Amino acid sequence: MSATTDHTSPSAAEPREPRDSVRRRRAARPAGAARRLDSTGLIYLVLVGVIAISVVLTGMEGRNFFSQGNIWAVLTAMSVLGLIAIGQTLVILVGSLDLSVPYVVSLATVIAAGGMKGLDANIAAATFNALALCALVGLVMGLLVSLLHVHGFIASLGIGLVVSGYLGTNYQGSHGSAAPGLRLLGRSGIAGVIPTAFVILLVSALLVTLLLRYTRLGHHLYAIGGNQSVARMSGVRTALPVITAHVLCSVFAGIAALLLLSRTGVGSPTIGSQGRYDLLSIAAVVLGGTLLAGGKGSVIGTIGGVAIFAVLDNVMGVMQVNPFLKDFVRGFVIVLAVAVYARRSVVRRPPRFGASRPVLPVPSSKGDPA
Amino acid sequence: MSAATSTPSGSATAGRTLPLSEGSLLQRLLRGAITPGGAVFILLAVLFVAVVWVNPSFGEPPQLIRFIGRTAPIAIAAMGQYYVIVSGEFDLSMGAVIATQVVIAGNYIGQDESRVLPALALMLLIGAAVGVVNGLATTLLRVPSFIVTLGTMLALGGLVRYLTGGAATGNPVDSFRQIGRGGIEDVPVLDVLPYPVIILAVVAVASVLLMRSPFGRTLIAAGDNPDAAGLAGAHVWWVKTRAFMLSSLSATVAGILLVGYAGVHPSVGSGYEFQAITAVVLGGVVLGGGRGWVLSAAAGAFALELLFSFLNFQEVESTWRPTVQGLIIILAVAAGARAWSYGRRPSRTAESAPPAAPAASPTPARPGTETGEN
Repeated sequence: MSATTDHTSPSAAEPREPRDSVRRRRAARPAGAARRLDSTGLIYLVLVGVIAISVVLTGMEGRNFFSQGNIWAVLTAMSVLGLIAIGQTLVILVGSLDLSVPYVVSLATVIAAGGMKGLDANIAAATFNALALCALVGLVMGLLVSLLHVHGFIASLGIGLVVSGYLGTNYQGSHGSAAPGLRLLGRSGIAGVIPTAFVILLVSALLVTLLLRYTRLGHHLYAIGGNQSVARMSGVRTALPVITAHVLCSVFAGIAALLLLSRTGVGSPTIGSQGRYDLLSIAAVVLGGTLLAGGKGSVIGTIGGVAIFAVLDNVMGVMQVNPFLKDFVRGFVIVLAVAVYARRSVVRRPPRFGASRPVLPVPSSKGDPA
Repeated sequence: MSAATSTPSGSATAGRTLPLSEGSLLQRLLRGAITPGGAVFILLAVLFVAVVWVNPSFGEPPQLIRFIGRTAPIAIAAMGQYYVIVSGEFDLSMGAVIATQVVIAGNYIGQDESRVLPALALMLLIGAAVGVVNGLATTLLRVPSFIVTLGTMLALGGLVRYLTGGAATGNPVDSFRQIGRGGIEDVPVLDVLPYPVIILAVVAVASVLLMRSPFGRTLIAAGDNPDAAGLAGAHVWWVKTRAFMLSSLSATVAGILLVGYAGVHPSVGSGYEFQAITAVVLGGVVLGGGRGWVLSAAAGAFALELLFSFLNFQEVESTWRPTVQGLIIILAVAAGARAWSYGRRPSRTAESAPPAAPAASPTPARPGTETGEN
């Protein structure tokens, strides 16, 4: 797979010429850890910079950025967008796009809250119903993208419109009520600093990272995102990973919706579109170093991107910036951050026909007929 | 495009022409109609018949021309979006640009008649500037256009809402509003010929001419394969930047027209970018660039508006409109996903022949060279 060799080349092209065995081992590594560390490292460097500025700005307002309450607020703000962005990362990695997440989020809150009716006994059933419905929506999108070859942009835009029409027709205003158990989950946390929602985010991120790194499905996601035709001709069944990515994305949106529900207490048919989770999650994913065209990226980077947003929002909240001006700052930061990152990744792309191109064991092992 | 260069059948200019550009005009029209870009016109005709069936008065010229006038802003926006999409990019900042222009018109012009022309110049200048920023950030900084224009959308939209406080402010003079609202009176059949229709016609003709000019050809080439276009000597960055400028300028024109209809409010243009993209895609233009006709994009906008009119006359609850819209988009794109091959590839019979050729080729190409050791 060309994606794999592309990843590993920079590590092997270091000036001090590693021994052949080392080179082989590096080339055989499943996904280029060295390159990914680079881009992810950059994201976290930006994050540290943003946090440093935030600490100063918060301090100037006479508040402490690292106070218990503030950390809690930042981590809580991260959790919902973070979960959605994890799903979005999967979809973008496989070369598709999901614009339907806000409507899926709204749908899940309405269904879950309507099913719970404020009773603990209904939690399991309502949660299952909501997530199953989300999975169904994702399945439809996946089928459209993989089998009918509808562009992910259009498939998800269309499905999002379908869902929003359903929501607008059947639900006016808030609906249902969350079970007390779920609300308790929204308030609970570890040591009053780390909310449970954030723990859920971390566990999800870990699971998806493992999925991407160590399972066949994960490798197929990268391969298809890199080049669908090449993946198909290499013997990858392209439909299943695409469908899985879409289903997982919608389910993660559903989980995020449950977290939102645990805080708001009532289902709302507009909560998703108010949060503009579609565009913000895509922005977070790209901010995290994932290529919008697919095939390269990581969940860890995405979490970094989400953290940048959360810290930025937090400090603007502390400084009581006009909510409309917040959008201005957000848009500015998105373009600026991605510009820094995109420029670098282009410069760092290994030369395809350069002299420093490493001799990889893959082609030579095929043998030469001459 | 190896598919394009292989010949469909024994014609005089073997290996040179696409199936679309062969035969008599009628044959070409028929063949064009089965591509998604042509099918949208058929869809348009079907929808029109359906609407007239439901509401016969819709077909009367005065009614019809007013409908065209109402649809002109979205059609112009769709044609602007077309340039960007056919070059392989997105422009999400359209709605924010419209809002900006509307607010500028409302606040700068006010009740001062003499400021109309300077205001128009200022708006066009700002539109072009936004396009340049979008284009240069996309091409020179290499930020994906989705992200760049998302950033411009957030930044411009936020700024406009901040400056206006999110409420309607200002009210331009009537003479400015007449551009979107008024028309030439006492026209024989039509009763009134709205200015938006004239502007739409001018924009459409200019667009067709533009797409037939070297710029248009280069734009499509850059959308199809930017690397190849660059190697062939095209300045891809400048071509794409101009596409973004055209898109923002179209949004500006749409904004000027919308002032007449909708008044001054920072939320006027919201959602226009997705409407325009929907219209473009409905017109059979392929996301990712390189395929599609500019008039199909405008036709897509009209088809979308006709669909809404149809739903209105059928008294479908307006809340179901998004659902129907979503289903139609998906169906249209799913149907068109592979139909472009009819126009661009040899016919089926010729397509079944090639398997013989690859079978012979592996002998000269050694496996070692294929894996990329050159």
